[in-house]
Amino acid sequence: MLSLFSCAFLSVLTTLGILYVLFSNAVYSFDSETTAFFQEVSIGDFLTDTEWTPQYKNDRHFGILPLALGTLKITGIAALIGLPIGLAGAIYLSEYASPRMRNAIKPTLEVLAGIPTVVYGYFALIFVTPYLLQPFFSDLLGFEVKIFNAASAGIVVGIMIIPMVSSLSEDVLRSVPRSLREAGFALGGTRFDVSTKIVLPAALSGIIASFLLAISRAIGETMAVTIAAGLLTTTSLNPFESSQTMTAYIVNVSSGDTPVGSIEYKSLYAVAITLFFATLAMNILSQWVLKRFREVYQ
Amino acid sequence: MEQPDTGEITSTTSSASSEKRQSLVSGSNLNRAQPTDENARTMIDVNHVNFYYGDVQALFDVSLSVPEKSVMALIGPSGCGKSTFLRTLNRMNDIIEGTRLEGSIRLEDQDIYAPAIDVVALRSRVGMVFQKSTPFPKSIFDNIAFGPRIAGTTSRKKLKDIVEVSLKQAALWDEVKDRLNDSAMALSGGQQQRLCIARTLATNPEVILMDEPASALDPASTARIEDLIFELRKQYTIVIVTHNMQQAARVSQYTAFFYQGRLIEVGQTQELFTNPSEKQTEDYITGRFG
Repeated sequence: MLSLFSCAFLSVLTTLGILYVLFSNAVYSFDSETTAFFQEVSIGDFLTDTEWTPQYKNDRHFGILPLALGTLKITGIAALIGLPIGLAGAIYLSEYASPRMRNAIKPTLEVLAGIPTVVYGYFALIFVTPYLLQPFFSDLLGFEVKIFNAASAGIVVGIMIIPMVSSLSEDVLRSVPRSLREAGFALGGTRFDVSTKIVLPAALSGIIASFLLAISRAIGETMAVTIAAGLLTTTSLNPFESSQTMTAYIVNVSSGDTPVGSIEYKSLYAVAITLFFATLAMNILSQWVLKRFREVYQ
Repeated sequence: MEQPDTGEITSTTSSASSEKRQSLVSGSNLNRAQPTDENARTMIDVNHVNFYYGDVQALFDVSLSVPEKSVMALIGPSGCGKSTFLRTLNRMNDIIEGTRLEGSIRLEDQDIYAPAIDVVALRSRVGMVFQKSTPFPKSIFDNIAFGPRIAGTTSRKKLKDIVEVSLKQAALWDEVKDRLNDSAMALSGGQQQRLCIARTLATNPEVILMDEPASALDPASTARIEDLIFELRKQYTIVIVTHNMQQAARVSQYTAFFYQGRLIEVGQTQELFTNPSEKQTEDYITGRFG
């Protein structure tokens, strides 16, 4: 009993510790010898400046916008790919697939979920860009597709979140009572009618929650975008440009030779706390959606 | 409650199927139990139906016919196959993996298990009301309009008419007419069940199957449902599964008694309850088992 409590308490403690480190480096330093990021850079500048150049000694800008936009762009592409495919998969698994088919597909999806993200990044770089994006978009349609680009990263992140969306959504679809489906069939509904007009609306809150969780996963995704999306901090919306995300920035700076205590080093924490709040907001939102819109069946 | 007048509404059963029944239930005189009025058409005609869940046989050589615009009650102890039988009539069992039916079931002139049959169209001719009320988590209006909508009705005005007529038929209109856009989940249990009946009526069926429609309801709601069945049988052919002998006696003109997957006896309700020809039927209706 006590040991179980300790385990639970430990995870709370860890969270608090991480929060403390983020807060003391980004927002307010409790040590009078040092200063936190936002004690040097105003939050106003951080949110409104459109340039992010901590590495330029003479012309530093700390506007989060380009990084946030990079994250947003890749998350958007990922959502565009991962959510519909994941949901369609969930509907297929829950409403159409025979038990045998389901037993074949579910483990496959789990394998997809188990692939290390670094492999996805590599896959984006050596397959998606040269064999999918470039032949189609640059050779055929005439866009310039960079080797490192947001689209390829978005695509693989989208693939990455498919298992998450489909397994979470399948669970909520399957939890819709069988009696509701039977009633739908008894009224002359086809399988498609029943799936889309009864089961899907009844499970909507859970599906939206699974979407939000998947999006928050896409926002936090690091390795694949670091490899595939490139290092350019840009406010361009062109998906074929290189585009650094918040997570990729953290990787690049923390793996480099940035001196501890420099403003560049502290900017890591500012970005990290932004990411933290973004994913926290998504999680809270998904919890709220689940609570607020959950259908209660008798 | 008014007793069903079994003298007026009677069935035609071809002598052939009477013979079948006779051979099925050895030693009983089923001609006595099967009134033969040449005027009433046979709506549902079931011939030698065997039904299987995988390897388990649930129905054994069941044959019976249901006359048009009458109520037939299916009675019998739990697990006797009466619900399974009911669900063969709109092919509801099709959605259960591994089920199989032998024999034939005809709806008017159509073999509903023929390969060419459109199951979806069949189910809009043969509606079904379940034991547990199953309102969709939508508004009252959308619940009723569900059937007509998937059948292709889009005109708002037409849908409104259908909703009103169906709710009136189900004796629910006065209670909900001012809150058609409220969630159907907020209705009481009895109201939800009448909503489900209205929803079934909205698809304009010819036959309504009811699987213990009142077993989860309080006595007052049950009485309302029974009154409703009384009204509905003027227009619809109804087959109802019930555990409640009094209910079977009150609402039906015909009763079929199932036991261990076999049809033991079928006949006019009054006859079957007062003068059953089978010992098992008598034991069951007098409460000796089940």
